[in-house]
Amino acid sequence: MQIYLPIAEVSVNAFLLLGLGGLVGVLSGMFGVGGGFLMTPLLFFIGIPPAVAVATEANQIVASSFSGVLAHFRRRTVDLKMGTVLLVGGLIGAALGVVVFNHLKSLGQVDLLVKLCYVVFLGVVGGLMFIESLSAIRKSRKAGGTRPAARRQRTWVHSLPLKMRFRTSGLYISVIPPVIVGIVVGILAAIMGVGGGFIMVPAMIYILGMPTKVVVGTSLFQIIFVTAFTTMLHATTNFTVDIVLAVLLLLGGVIGAQIGTQIGLRMKAEQLRILLAIMVLAVCGKLAIDLLLQPAELYTLGAPGGH
Amino acid sequence: MWRLALLLLMLPVPLAAEEVVLGLSKDQVAITTSFDGSEILIFGAVKREAPIPSGEPLQVIITVAGPSEPVMVRRKARRFGIWVNTDAVEVDAAPSFYAVATTAPLQEVLSDTEDLRWKISIDRAIRSVGAPSQISDAPSFTEALIRIRRASELYQQLEGQVALDQQTLFRTAIDMPSDLTEGGYITRIFLTRNGQVVSSLQTVIDVQKVGMERWLFELSRQSPMVYGLMSLAIAIAAGWGASAGFRMLRNS
Repeated sequence: MQIYLPIAEVSVNAFLLLGLGGLVGVLSGMFGVGGGFLMTPLLFFIGIPPAVAVATEANQIVASSFSGVLAHFRRRTVDLKMGTVLLVGGLIGAALGVVVFNHLKSLGQVDLLVKLCYVVFLGVVGGLMFIESLSAIRKSRKAGGTRPAARRQRTWVHSLPLKMRFRTSGLYISVIPPVIVGIVVGILAAIMGVGGGFIMVPAMIYILGMPTKVVVGTSLFQIIFVTAFTTMLHATTNFTVDIVLAVLLLLGGVIGAQIGTQIGLRMKAEQLRILLAIMVLAVCGKLAIDLLLQPAELYTLGAPGGH
Repeated sequence: MWRLALLLLMLPVPLAAEEVVLGLSKDQVAITTSFDGSEILIFGAVKREAPIPSGEPLQVIITVAGPSEPVMVRRKARRFGIWVNTDAVEVDAAPSFYAVATTAPLQEVLSDTEDLRWKISIDRAIRSVGAPSQISDAPSFTEALIRIRRASELYQQLEGQVALDQQTLFRTAIDMPSDLTEGGYITRIFLTRNGQVVSSLQTVIDVQKVGMERWLFELSRQSPMVYGLMSLAIAIAAGWGASAGFRMLRNS
């Protein structure tokens, strides 16, 4: 069944969109990631204009994060104070990101920027995750699953001023590092149309030293507000949020996430991580090849900007 | 001598000797949620006061043009190992859709001067005034625009696709793709003999989003704040609904 998207102004198959939403939903349920980093490139591949894909995906992430954070609130694994500090940074970052996005759009370089961001971040995150999970699998084969104890070191993070106590996380650190993490994730959210969980979760664990159990909930809490803000910015400045597209992706996504969670429960953590890493690297590779190989059509058409 | 001049003036104007009478299968195209392209049947007849003139046969040209808008054509080049947009030329006005259907190859039915005057062929329908001085091959950008739009069937050259019976009844069908932009689609019919236009007629086909498509599009442009908040409300409701629904499933 073909459906005409009012903002994207293209006609696409509704079942294809539901299927994509479902597929990414399954993966996000399996791996506990938002799935924005997979969905946005997939939308590029099926011919949705990149500006619309990025803005609409931000809206879809609001839904999936909201659904996820409710479960974490029930388990009391959300550090509201830390979330708020990250959020302040996130909103600043998102505003910066949209400004950068609009400027590059008028220069005609926005596609390049979005794709470069994807290649770099997916490459780094996918690569690290692949190496880490390979060595984890090797270790668990050698020894009977003994894990290294978590170490709490005093790093540069602890010597900065403006310290604040975060009770839920059991931390007493400066607010500067979380604000910076927030800003970086906010910029990425606006430019790449992702929640940024795949950057924020490692940053919270390794840079801020937060306990793993509160990381996912807090990150989801922050992502809701940053992506909601990004959605509003894109909707009011670029008019590129396509609500019909968002609803179709949502419907598939929420159902897929449930199936994914059930599959995820039956698999080992290392196997899951290595599968996710392979997938991330595959998306990264496809985008990189498109940038490196000579395109079949050197010319592209666009609306004139910068008036 | 002046008598002869008067006599000549009193003769019927040659242009009016053959006139177009037109019919359209529809003069409105509604873009609904399930819009998947549209086929428009254009048909008509040639009205004559006198018998069919002898000599070169009558030919018919039909054009359908979407709203014209400026287009930025960008070219990629290799920089630091990756392909990036470097040069850009703005084409001043290019129709978003353009189809030209004829009874025979365009060169046979239309002279160059008449094409220049009426802007009938695809090349002439596009207006490109000037390119930045640092770009030496500006025409290749216009060519690229035509090539890309022809590949996606937004520009169509349908030579020999107009059927003409008895030099009087003509008809053609024009396929409009699914990714149409809104606006008035100017439809022109030309009758030619010997490459000269002897009669022409112009009408408009309205292409419009209707119903929900119309409403959403207008809302997103006129009150983007409300549209954005509505998108968020839907997202949050769906997120909450999914969470609540699946919890009920798990508990039961």
